[in-house]
Amino acid sequence: MHFLYTVLIDPFVQIAGDPRFFVEVLTGGLLTGVMYSLVALGFVIIYKASRVFNFAQGTMVLFAALMLVGQMEMGAPAWLALGTTCGVMVGLAFAVERLVLRPMVNQSEIILFMATLGISFFLEGLGQLMWGGDVHTLELGIPSGPLTLGGILVNKLDLVGAAVAGLLVTALALFFRWTSVGRVLRAVADDHQAALSVGVPLKVVWVIVWTMAGLVALVAGIMWGSSLGVQFSLSLVALKALPVLILGGFTSVPGAIVGGLIVGATEKVGEVFWGPALGGAVENWFAYLLALIFLLFRPQGLFGERIIERV
Amino acid sequence: MSAEPGERGSDGVLLEVSNLRLAFGGIQALFDVSFDIRRGEIRAIIGPNGAGKTSMLNCINGFYKPQQGTITYKGRAVHQMRSHDAAKNGIARTFQNIALFRSMTALDNIMTGRLLKMRANLLWDALYLGPARREELAHRAFAERIIDFLEIQAVRKIPVGRLPYGLQKRVELGRALAAEPELLLLDEPMGGMNVEEKQDMSRFILDVNQEFGTTIALIEHDMGVVMDISDRVVVLDYGRKIADGTPDQVRTDPAVVEAYLGVDHGPAPAEEKPCISSTPS
Amino acid sequence: MFYREAGEFKTSYAADQAIFPIAQDRIALVVLVLAAYVGVPLIANGYWLDAILIPFLVYSLAALGLNILTGYAGQVSLGTGGFMAVGAFSAYKLAIGFPHLNVVLVIVIAGLIAAAVGIVFGVPSLRIKGFYLAVATLAAQFFLVWLFNRVPWFTNYSSSGVISAPLRAVFGRVYITGAEASSVDKYLFALTTVSLLALAAKNMVRCATGRAWMAIRDMDIAAEIIGIRPLATKLTAFAVSSFYVGVAGALWAFVYTGTVEPLAFDVERSFQILFMIIIGGLGSILGSFLGAAFVVLVPVLLSNAPGFLGLSIRVATVTNLQSIIFGALIVFFLVVEPNGLARLWQVGKEKLRLWPFPY
Repeated sequence: MHFLYTVLIDPFVQIAGDPRFFVEVLTGGLLTGVMYSLVALGFVIIYKASRVFNFAQGTMVLFAALMLVGQMEMGAPAWLALGTTCGVMVGLAFAVERLVLRPMVNQSEIILFMATLGISFFLEGLGQLMWGGDVHTLELGIPSGPLTLGGILVNKLDLVGAAVAGLLVTALALFFRWTSVGRVLRAVADDHQAALSVGVPLKVVWVIVWTMAGLVALVAGIMWGSSLGVQFSLSLVALKALPVLILGGFTSVPGAIVGGLIVGATEKVGEVFWGPALGGAVENWFAYLLALIFLLFRPQGLFGERIIERV
Repeated sequence: MSAEPGERGSDGVLLEVSNLRLAFGGIQALFDVSFDIRRGEIRAIIGPNGAGKTSMLNCINGFYKPQQGTITYKGRAVHQMRSHDAAKNGIARTFQNIALFRSMTALDNIMTGRLLKMRANLLWDALYLGPARREELAHRAFAERIIDFLEIQAVRKIPVGRLPYGLQKRVELGRALAAEPELLLLDEPMGGMNVEEKQDMSRFILDVNQEFGTTIALIEHDMGVVMDISDRVVVLDYGRKIADGTPDQVRTDPAVVEAYLGVDHGPAPAEEKPCISSTPS
Repeated sequence: MFYREAGEFKTSYAADQAIFPIAQDRIALVVLVLAAYVGVPLIANGYWLDAILIPFLVYSLAALGLNILTGYAGQVSLGTGGFMAVGAFSAYKLAIGFPHLNVVLVIVIAGLIAAAVGIVFGVPSLRIKGFYLAVATLAAQFFLVWLFNRVPWFTNYSSSGVISAPLRAVFGRVYITGAEASSVDKYLFALTTVSLLALAAKNMVRCATGRAWMAIRDMDIAAEIIGIRPLATKLTAFAVSSFYVGVAGALWAFVYTGTVEPLAFDVERSFQILFMIIIGGLGSILGSFLGAAFVVLVPVLLSNAPGFLGLSIRVATVTNLQSIIFGALIVFFLVVEPNGLARLWQVGKEKLRLWPFPY
C-alpha cells in the first residue's frame, strides 16, 4: 500500500505543492534533452543518407572532445585546436568511407551496424591512448553557473547548449532544403537505388554525411564536455540518445529534437519525483521504457511515415 | 491444353465476393466488386496495371481488410479472417514479386508449406525423437512428391536466393502446394518468363487443377495463357469489375476491349491514370 | 577427394536428414568429444580450465541463445546481458531458498524464469522491427540490471550487492559450485550442459520450429500468409533464446566466476555476445562456438603478447591497444567474411572435398 502511495499519489502531491520546483525540474530536463538531441542528430544524419545505424556516434563525441581538450592542454590556442579537430573529423570520415563502408557496400544493415561497433572500439582505444583516460576539464569560455530567468533557476551552460542546438538544427534544415548537396542527400535518403541510377556518387555522399556527423559530434562533445568534463563516460551519452531516436524516428531531424525534449523532460521529472520511491537511478531506463510503450502504439515513431505493407 | 470452358466447376461456389470496397486514404483500390469462384475451376482475374487485381487477392486471403462488402468462403463470411487463418482454412498463394524465404533451401521452403500440418511441439523438436522425427520424415516424403511433380529435384538443397527466376517461381508454387490448399491464389505465376517457361508453368497449373482438384484463382497478363487455361475470367479496371464470363465472352466484350486499348476513354480518366497506377496492384 | 560424400548413398530420408551426413564428419565429432571429455581434463591446468575453457563454454551458450533469436528468428536483441542476469540471480535465489533442490534443477528453473521474462520483453516484437526492436530490447537490459542492483531482495540484502554461489553438488561429492568445487568437475559440468543444449538447438533449427523461425526472419509477411503465427513464433524464439541465455547466466554465476554482481551483465556484455554471433556467423550453431572462441581468446592473446615479446607496457596502454586492435579486427573480419567464421569453415570444407584437384 505504502509503495503504491509513493508511486501513484505522492509525486503528484509534491508537484502540486511546489509547482515552481516542478517547472524548474522540467526546464532543466528540457535543456538536458536538447543535449541528447545533439547526439541523436548525428545518428539521424548518417542513418537518413546511408541506412547505417552508426553506433560509434557516442564514441565520436568522446573522441572529438578528447582531441580538442588534449591539444588545448598541450598549450594550443582554442581556435587552432578547434581547426585541427575539425580536420581530424573530416579525415575520420574519409577513413571510414575508404576502409569500412566501401569494402562493405551492399552488406545487410546489421553487418554495417556491427562494423560501426568496431569503429567505436577503435576510436575509444585510440582517443584514450593518445590523451589518457583521466577526466579533462574543457574551458572554452562558455558561460556557466546558475541564472534566474523569470523566477526559474537554470544553468547558463544548458541555455547555451540549447541555443547551439537550435542554430545547428536550423542550419541543417536549411542545408538539406536549399543546397544542391542537401538535395542529393534527400534523394539518397528517399531511394538509394534510384539515386545511384541517376548518378549520385555514393562515396561522396558517405564522406559528406560522416563529416557532418563528425562535426555534430564535435559540437556535442564541446557542450557535454563543458558540463561533465571530458572522460570515458561521454561515450555513454550515446545510449541516452537511442530512446530519443525511437521516439522521433531514425530519419527525422525534427523528430530528434522533439524526442530529445521528451526524453530529457520525462527522465528528469521521473528521477526527481518517482526516483526515490523506486530506489533511485531510474533515469537509466526510464526513457527506454517510455520509448517502448510509445512504440507499441506508434511503431513508426513520432515523425515516421505510416507504412502500407505490400506483397 | 484441354480446357472445356464453363463445364467443369459447376458443382457449387467455393468463394463469393460481394460488393467489396477497399480504399487507401483517398484512393479507391476496389470499388463494389462482386464475383464468385466455383469449386474446381480455374478462374482468371485480368485487367490493366493498377486495376486492383493484387488487392483483390490480398483481400481474399485476409492480408488487407476491405472497408465494405463480404467475402464468403465455403459458405462462411470470412472478411475478418487474418492471413494465417486463411492459410489454415485452405487458402494458399504465390506472389507477384516472389516471396520465398531466400536463405533457406528449396526443400526447406516447401517444408514450411507443411508447417500447418505439423503437430509436434518444441520439446519433441528439441529432442528430435518420437512424434517430431516421425512427422519430419513423413512430411519430407510429401515434400519430395511435390519436388518430383515440379521437376526440381536437382536444386532441392540450394538456397532459393541463388536459383534463377523461373525456378524460384516453381519453388514458390511448390510451397503453396505443400499446404494441400483447396483454393490456390496465383499472382502472375508467369510474370517475367519466356515462352518455354510459361508452357511449363501452364502445364503445372493445369495438372494441379486436374490431378488434385484444386480450385485456382490466378492473375495473369499474358492473354494467350489466360484464354488457354482458364474456365472463367473476371476483368477489373480502375478497381471496378467490367466483365465476367468465359474467355470467349470476355474477349469480345466491348468494355474489355476499351479498357485494354483505351478506345473512347475520354480525357478525364486518362488524367486520373498516373494517380491510380500508384495504388498497390 | 579424401573428404567427400561420393560413394555414400542414402537410402532413407532419415539418413539424409541427419546432422552430419558425411562419414568423416561423424568420425571427427567422436574424436572431438573424446578429446573434450578425456583429453582436456588430463592435460589442461587450472588456469586453462578456469580462465579460458569454462568462460568459453559459458559464452558459447549465451551466444547460442542469442543466435537462436537473432540469427535464426531475425530479431536483433541487445538485452542479452539482462537475461543472463535473470538466470544468474534466479539461480542464486533458488539455491539459497531451496537448499535441497539439486543444482541441475536450480539451473533449469532459472532458465525457465529467464524464458518467462524473455516472453514479456518479446511482446513488442510483434509491432516493432529491426533497429527499433534492438533499441527497445535495451529497455530490458537497463531495467533488469537496475532491478538487481536496486532491489536488495535479489542479493539477499548483501551490502556489497555481490552474490556468491553456494556449495552445491550434481550428485555425491561432485561439486560444481562453491569453493570446494574442482576445476575439472566444473568444466565437465559446463561441457555437458553446453553440449546437450547445443544438440537440442541443432534439432530445433532443423525441424518445424526452426523453419518457422527462419521463415519469419526471411520474410515475415509471406510467413504469415502461409499460416505461421508471427507472435507465437517470435515469442517461442524469445523464450527459447532467453532460456539458453538464462542458463548461461546461471552457469556464469555458479560455475565460472562463483561471485557475481549485476554490473557483470551490463550492456557491454550484450554487445560482446552480439559480436560473437556476428563474427562467428548468424544462423549457425557452429558459428556461436567459433565466435565465442574468438572473443575469449583474442583478448587473452593480446594481453599476453607484450610479455611474449619482452616488452613492458602500462596496463592502461594495453587495455587501449586491445580495444584498438579488437575494433580493427572486427571491421577486418566483417569486410573479409561478413557471414562469419562458420562460412569460412564451410568454404574450407568445400575446398577440401575437391582437394588436391582443382575441380
